[in-house]
Amino acid sequence: MPTKLIVDCSTGVTTEVELTAEEIAQREADAAAFAVAEAERIAAEEAKAAAKASAESKLAALGLSAEEIAAL
Amino acid sequence: MANTFVAIATTTVGSGGQAAIEFTSIPATYTDLVILTSLRNAASDNGRFNVKTTFNGSSSGYSQRLLYGTDGSTVDSDSGTEPYIHFYYGNQNGTTASTFANGMIYIPNYAGSNNKSALFDSVTENNSSSGFITAMTAALWSNSSAITSIKMEDILANNLVQYSTATLYGIKNS
Repeated sequence: MPTKLIVDCSTGVTTEVELTAEEIAQREADAAAFAVAEAERIAAEEAKAAAKASAESKLAALGLSAEEIAAL
Repeated sequence: MANTFVAIATTTVGSGGQAAIEFTSIPATYTDLVILTSLRNAASDNGRFNVKTTFNGSSSGYSQRLLYGTDGSTVDSDSGTEPYIHFYYGNQNGTTASTFANGMIYIPNYAGSNNKSALFDSVTENNSSSGFITAMTAALWSNSSAITSIKMEDILANNLVQYSTATLYGIKNS
């Protein structure tokens, strides 16, 4: 069973306690949802980078220098 | 001179690791709160993990905007309205041994009756030219309650490893 550290600021006492069933369920649900969202974010980043590279290549083919493309 | 920056509590993860660190019963007697963290998780990858942060056990009312850099030349941005704040980072266990991410959370007027804004700054460490991030996040918790507890954990449910630390400070304006 996973455990967490609880620091009681009124006493200064730290205790190690097991996560509740509710905490575990929330933890697993959040992890699953985040994994999906992160995969989508990474895919979007990669698509954006690919589009940028494609656009730069086309601009170079039109005769723009690397410095001119970077200045856009 | 007034004692304006007070260490309220600190904790260090022991051997075996912990799923989360949670500060509870935070007194309302300060003006602002600061949390300094040094975090590393048990995931074997060479990169960063997102630290899920929640206030008062709440899973609603959060929004966040992020500026971050990972390669030294490009600044990117992101935003979100998930049921937690997660644009805050720690080291994964595949990074250089014994390196930990540094982070700071600043929460002004945490005990007031307005919504709670917060600043999340974090820098992962890798002793190399890759696998790191520097991130600055503006977060908002739309809730009028005083913050009395703060919980931090890996969003992908890995344990925080031994020697991860978190210290909660109270700031007084007088």
